[in-house]
Amino acid sequence: MRKPLRIMTTPSPQATLDAPPKAAGLAWPLRWQRRLIGGATVLGLVALWQAVVSLGLIDPLYISSPVLVIQAGIGAFQDGDIWADIRVSSIEFCVGYLAAIAIGIPLGLATGMNRRFSYLLGPFIDIMNAVPRVTFLPILILWFGIGLWSKFAVVFLGALVPIAIATDTGVRTNEARFVRVARSFGASRLKLLTSIILPGTVPYLFTGLKYGAGRALLGVVVGELYASTAGVGHMIADAGNLFDTSTVMFGVTLFMVTGIGVTTLLNRIEQHFDRWRPQEQQR
Amino acid sequence: MTVKLEARNISLSYGDPASGGNLLALSDINLQVREGEFVSIVGPSGCGKTTFLSVVDGLIRASAGQILVDGHVVTKPGRDRAVVFQDASLLPWRSVRRNVLYGLECAGITGRPAEERAAHFIDMVGLRGFEERYPYQLSGGMQQRVNLARALVMDPELLLMDEPFAALDAQTREMMQEELLQIWRASGKTVLFITHQIDEAIFLSDRVIVFSARPGRVKESVDITLDRPRSLKLKRDPRFHALEDRIWGLIQEDGGPPAR
Repeated sequence: MRKPLRIMTTPSPQATLDAPPKAAGLAWPLRWQRRLIGGATVLGLVALWQAVVSLGLIDPLYISSPVLVIQAGIGAFQDGDIWADIRVSSIEFCVGYLAAIAIGIPLGLATGMNRRFSYLLGPFIDIMNAVPRVTFLPILILWFGIGLWSKFAVVFLGALVPIAIATDTGVRTNEARFVRVARSFGASRLKLLTSIILPGTVPYLFTGLKYGAGRALLGVVVGELYASTAGVGHMIADAGNLFDTSTVMFGVTLFMVTGIGVTTLLNRIEQHFDRWRPQEQQR
Repeated sequence: MTVKLEARNISLSYGDPASGGNLLALSDINLQVREGEFVSIVGPSGCGKTTFLSVVDGLIRASAGQILVDGHVVTKPGRDRAVVFQDASLLPWRSVRRNVLYGLECAGITGRPAEERAAHFIDMVGLRGFEERYPYQLSGGMQQRVNLARALVMDPELLLMDEPFAALDAQTREMMQEELLQIWRASGKTVLFITHQIDEAIFLSDRVIVFSARPGRVKESVDITLDRPRSLKLKRDPRFHALEDRIWGLIQEDGGPPAR
């Protein structure tokens, strides 16, 4: 292309003056403060927990202790049975949650974009939202047995509803002026969806995904506690029956780590999609 | 000279939820814009200027009448027209470069040719070096430059500008007006410009069309014969003031002064 004709005055220095500086996340003292205060609180509580047991104030039968939980964990891994439980629970979580994402996002997009779809499916989604999905477990077990399939179903139902509702809300809050821009440039329906509606929906979508992940995990736990042959929840139930508090707490820790891990991963992905947002809003 | 845009008996009414009846927004609008001409529409607020622009763009279907661009009837948005939107309306999740590329993507133009065209127009509006900035990192004036580049990159026959400088401060606005004239002169585009600023309309245009209050009608078309090229000094010329008075009078006898 020939050398561009340059007509408008150069943006500098005026333009550079009134353009805000590129934002760069939290200033380091704040980040440092957040980590210090948050970390100290957690460590303090763990230390207190260990102290009350070590000092003989509370019987470890009731609350175990950090050292005992770590020992139980090491024992479980050395024993090797735990791997099978983790594998079963992971499969239940992944299959149910991913299926909920695969169905929930298109469902929310459909009800958010199409009035008739929302009339058709709205009541169904509202009813499902009003009922804790784990209450369906007895029926799901009747239908699918006590193996993996009943867990897939309860995890799927748990995560589906918040994901679909959040996506639907995100689509509805889209700004009409951006849709106008797309239509004016002759965007196809697919282009409208990928370039306008989905990017605008990202914050809602990820709220739904995070909330859905919590519901999915809940489905795994309750499903396995209720009736199962394997899984981390199953291990917790067994240990509970034997008053093995340390193994119960170790199982709880596994779920906790999984929950934090999934949320952190989702936050990372969200930040990638949301990097256009002014950083001052994050903290 | 050939006619680029013609509006024939355009009327528009829509259901009014408040009264339950029909509200007439535009009434029997007839106008012509010649090729290469710069025409502004001014009128009291709520007179349907922006609505009329949307009809020309093909986003809104008129209840009666026809819009013709180069003799072809407009039924939907097309490549021969591009809009410079009010409030910039840049997609906040796209960088400057990708905002300018947007229309090309919609038209299926991608890759090197698209990138080169975008770079050319980003440079033309003076934003080289700002390609990877996001809209929130730009001032209002810079956002409007991107808005303009996003329309120009489509190489439209007809540039439709919807109060593009309304949200800018007075100094930036005047600077942008002068620069817009330079771009218009270099590109030779036909421009239909909506504004509520009388001085802006006179300064930019070959002709100013005055709309009456609701329902919008063409009240008068005022030829602006002031010499070109024009500089901001012109705004202090007595002939400029005389035109301003005349248009001000036309608007005032009809539903009060335009919104400021």
